Amino acid sequence: MPEPTRTMAVKEVGARAVSHRLFWPLAALGTLLAINLIATPTFFNVRIQDGHLYGSLVDIVRNGAPVLLVGIGMTLVIATRGIDLSVGAVAAIAGAVACVYIVKSPADGAVGTAVVAISMALAVCVALGLWNGFLVAVVGIQPIIATLVLMVAGRGIAMLVTGGQITTVNNDAFAALASGHLLTLPVAALIALGVFAATQIVVRRTALGLLIESVGINPEASRLAGVRSRTIIWTVYVFAALCAGAAGLIIAANTHSVNANSLGLWIELDAILAVVIGGTSLAGGRFSLTGTLVGAMLIATLTRTIPNIGIPAEANYLFKALVVVIVCLLQSPKARAVLQRRREPIPTSREEAVV
Amino acid sequence: MSQADVKQPLPVVEMLDVSITFGAVRALDGVSLRLLPGEVHALMGENGAGKSTLIKALTGVYTFDAGRVRIDGVENQFATPAAAQQAGISTVYQEVNLVPNLTVAENMLLGREPRRFSRLGPIDRREMNRRAAASLQNLGIDVDPGSELGSHPIAVQQLVAIARAVDTDARVLILDEPTSSLDADEVARLFEVMRRLRDQGTAIVFVSHFLDQIFEISDRLTILRNGRVVGERLTEETTQLELVQLMIGRDLQALERIDRAAHETAEEAAERRLPVLSAVGLGRKGSLEATDLTLYAGEVVGIAGLLGSGRTELARLLFGADAPDTGDLTVKGSSGRRLRSPRHAIDRNLAFCSEDRKAEGVFEELSVADNMMLGLQASRGWLRPIPTATRDKLVAEYMTALDIRPADPSLPIRSLSGGNQQKVLLARWLITEPDVLLLDEPTRGIDIGAKTQIQQLVADLAGKGMSVVFISAELEEVLRLSHRLVVLKDRRKIAERPNRDIDVNDVLEIITGEPGSLIGKERADA
Repeated sequence: MPEPTRTMAVKEVGARAVSHRLFWPLAALGTLLAINLIATPTFFNVRIQDGHLYGSLVDIVRNGAPVLLVGIGMTLVIATRGIDLSVGAVAAIAGAVACVYIVKSPADGAVGTAVVAISMALAVCVALGLWNGFLVAVVGIQPIIATLVLMVAGRGIAMLVTGGQITTVNNDAFAALASGHLLTLPVAALIALGVFAATQIVVRRTALGLLIESVGINPEASRLAGVRSRTIIWTVYVFAALCAGAAGLIIAANTHSVNANSLGLWIELDAILAVVIGGTSLAGGRFSLTGTLVGAMLIATLTRTIPNIGIPAEANYLFKALVVVIVCLLQSPKARAVLQRRREPIPTSREEAVV
Repeated sequence: MSQADVKQPLPVVEMLDVSITFGAVRALDGVSLRLLPGEVHALMGENGAGKSTLIKALTGVYTFDAGRVRIDGVENQFATPAAAQQAGISTVYQEVNLVPNLTVAENMLLGREPRRFSRLGPIDRREMNRRAAASLQNLGIDVDPGSELGSHPIAVQQLVAIARAVDTDARVLILDEPTSSLDADEVARLFEVMRRLRDQGTAIVFVSHFLDQIFEISDRLTILRNGRVVGERLTEETTQLELVQLMIGRDLQALERIDRAAHETAEEAAERRLPVLSAVGLGRKGSLEATDLTLYAGEVVGIAGLLGSGRTELARLLFGADAPDTGDLTVKGSSGRRLRSPRHAIDRNLAFCSEDRKAEGVFEELSVADNMMLGLQASRGWLRPIPTATRDKLVAEYMTALDIRPADPSLPIRSLSGGNQQKVLLARWLITEPDVLLLDEPTRGIDIGAKTQIQQLVADLAGKGMSVVFISAELEEVLRLSHRLVVLKDRRKIAERPNRDIDVNDVLEIITGEPGSLIGKERADA
């Protein structure tokens, strides 16, 4: 008797793990890492060189930083039943403002110049977020349309800022955003993880998370309960724009330049994917920042895996789409129900066999 | 009435003993309905009586568990709405289900446009406009078929919807609350069209909450209550009072006197106090005519009236949930004008429990505790979270005080029964310590145990000095709890008096404008 009981307990734990929201994204992440390890046995190797941590895993976190940043902001926007398509354009504007300021500044290599440039870029992002929030919360335009305005116009603004030129900067402090290290860790990854931790603390320690969810779950009931939905919605769009701006700065710092046409192009799609893979419903309501973290890391690992296992560059997008579709399908309520049903009869038949 | 049966023509539709069950709820229980050609048949009943379920059964939206339908005497059970339409049953809903940016003619012939050359040929616009114009003219509707539908007022769109429905050779036309957003002239126009159709032999099913309209247009009434037919009458042989009694299920003989000795003293005391809230001429087009109402501390004001009388609308206007067009609202002497939003109202210590718990009250995915604390948290703003200790204390306190079960505040609220969900919503507002509590149907759809608990709570709150507005479809409940009674009818306040020696019968008299004793006599005769 004790033997089957133990196997059943194990089964139960297993079942609970499988039904956990993040089981499939984590399983996909694990699978991808395993594939990489088979293709390149040294994939997990991490070494310290000149006091900096190097290795594929570190690269993944570093390269995934922009998508993670944008994804964090996107998570909160989506939780309020919204969406922000303008994040890519906002990233481009942030990069453009910072780079152009540095180039035009007399002391273009100074640390102070970089600090001012970054502050200016983020201030512009706040204004852009206020604009999005205004269209959604005050004017009442559907979020997808409201943010489409800035998605299209934003690239134009970035072009105007850079004068249509690819602007190259030479400022070590600015470049450090992407390639610098702090306590052996890459700065970009630290920024993204720091923002993640700070956001997690703010939404769960203050009432922001609860109020965001209430607006997303039932806007009318929120209104009647006296929730200041307008303020909440405004807050999340400003925050999303700030996150996008930070991502844009990291991308610009990485290439020491800004190309208004391509910086952050399609990053909104990766960010939305990260959110969805992480289990936050596009219908709004309950959200999971940890889920978005897993989603963003999955996307970053995927991007790394494709060349590593020798998939031709042309098949890049197709492969990415395939993995995303599989993860989303496995997470869908229908697939869960099917898996649940298939799992359930097994213990009963076991029990019968034992009896 | 049995004599009338003899000379009646064959019914177009006959539903026999139809039953429909949703889970444990029996929505229709052995319901029979006969629709005769050339008659306007009103379907009457309060919320949840089964009117919409019956309509959906008739139009093939729901399949039924038991019972039969005969069309022209031939057995027929439609599995789909399309099949019902094929059989000549068309429905026009309260919201116009047409395409506003197509023309009137395009809407009328949508899906069966006349083609040139062959079935796959291009649409023959001239023929389409000609046909549409002919049908509109036939019904006496004066609209240009080439004009865009969305450019017309709702009333005209509704007439076009009817013209479209009838144009598909409808022999039965179902009008589900077609008049709820129309003004008097528009209603007259609609009735004209309905009469014309009736005279052409169409059987019309009419659902409306306006009693006067029912008596103006209908020939026959079927009254539903709790999923059962409680009467089929000829309209001319029925009085408004009798109809209302059937709808809300009062047995005159069985009415008990309600003891209000305690109420009177409280009410007299209230008279000496200053008003907590006073509304002057508060109104909104299409929902409530200008209404005066004053609330005092420690007093329960009961709002009586049928569904659609404006009882919910009054509460929403007082709370700022809908913006009033006219009138002033003074809360605790601070002469503000009107309340712009619920937030504004809550800041003035008002609280409002909506009748629609699911859509306007609970956050299904959130826990009981979160649902309970949301009102207070919303007032504090997101930067000032309620400390965990305070929160736990408040939640525990109200879980016990209101006897919320299961007593686990971490459960999602959707796993609680309706009555317990309602208690959580009450707790949400009580935690904000309001001066005025507006309760719209707080006891609807909940079991009898929870119902008495909530009634007791209302009485206690008033005893502690809160001003409560209590709205309920159940007159008995309103009379039992309130110190003062306000009666609404057809979106107007028609009476306000202290609840002294008033019984259900008196309220019905006020609503219908007919003496109750007379009905008692008629009943005795029957």
